[in-house]
Amino acid sequence: MNVIEDENYKVIYLPDEGRVVFSGTLRLGGMTEYAPIVECLQQIISEKSSLELNLKDLEFLNSSGIAMLSKFVISARNKEGFKLDITGSSETPWQGKSLNNLQRLMPSLTLVLE
Amino acid sequence: MNEVFGNLEEIRPELGTEHMSLAFKPSSVPIKQRWRNNGLSADFLGDYLTTFFPKKNDDPASEKKQTIVRDAATYIANELLENAMKYSNEKGNVLNSINLTLMEDKLVFTEVNGITEKQETDFKEFITELENNDPDELFMKRLEESATTDSSSGLGYLTMLNDYQARLGWQFDEDNGERKVTTQVVISI
Repeated sequence: MNVIEDENYKVIYLPDEGRVVFSGTLRLGGMTEYAPIVECLQQIISEKSSLELNLKDLEFLNSSGIAMLSKFVISARNKEGFKLDITGSSETPWQGKSLNNLQRLMPSLTLVLE
Repeated sequence: MNEVFGNLEEIRPELGTEHMSLAFKPSSVPIKQRWRNNGLSADFLGDYLTTFFPKKNDDPASEKKQTIVRDAATYIANELLENAMKYSNEKGNVLNSINLTLMEDKLVFTEVNGITEKQETDFKEFITELENNDPDELFMKRLEESATTDSSSGLGYLTMLNDYQARLGWQFDEDNGERKVTTQVVISI
């Protein structure tokens, strides 16, 4: 599936650009509700060798969502040679506070806050 | 029975201090249906605060301050409401409530919910783990664990501590014979 969304958020996979774009507010009720997004990301890791995660327009992410991103980053770390770029926004306070933790999980990750 | 953990500050707002409270009955509608109210309430609390941190045309820092305060308030309120909804005694009569008080130099969140004996034991176990470990190490450990477990419990408090420099406190007591817990989160502004 290339688009996962509800009234509050949208996750789009652009295979040709090697990019997944998140937007809106993501506060699903626990890890099980994040499963469709996790499955989509895990599949990309198994099939590709690089990915850009664009979070610039993701205004809000709850702690279950932070766990979901951590799960993904750890999977990317565990696949040898996988190149992961995360693009965020310096205008969105939560991204400045919380995205650095993902880089601590995977030091080779490229994190850019635009 | 009255047990206190963490840094529970005695908050005595001056008469006229801005504050807002919301209360919910945990058993009124199923959790799935009520979940969206967490986001609505948290957004409302965060947006409400922006009035007190106005953007000034000649001061770019004022806009940044407003965004930071709103972001922090919305995140913390949402996590507290999600926790209250997930871990409250749905069969009890204690209302889930959240109060946000705006003090001169800080925001104080006070969240109350009823809990079962089992929930109280589990919660105290988590608080003890929090008190006996470095919050940053525990946070990274929980993030690592997210790879192998579908539970993200405790991560909300750990982000408040690590990413928002919050001070946390809890009080366990009873209300008309029912167990309840009060969670207090304080951030400097």
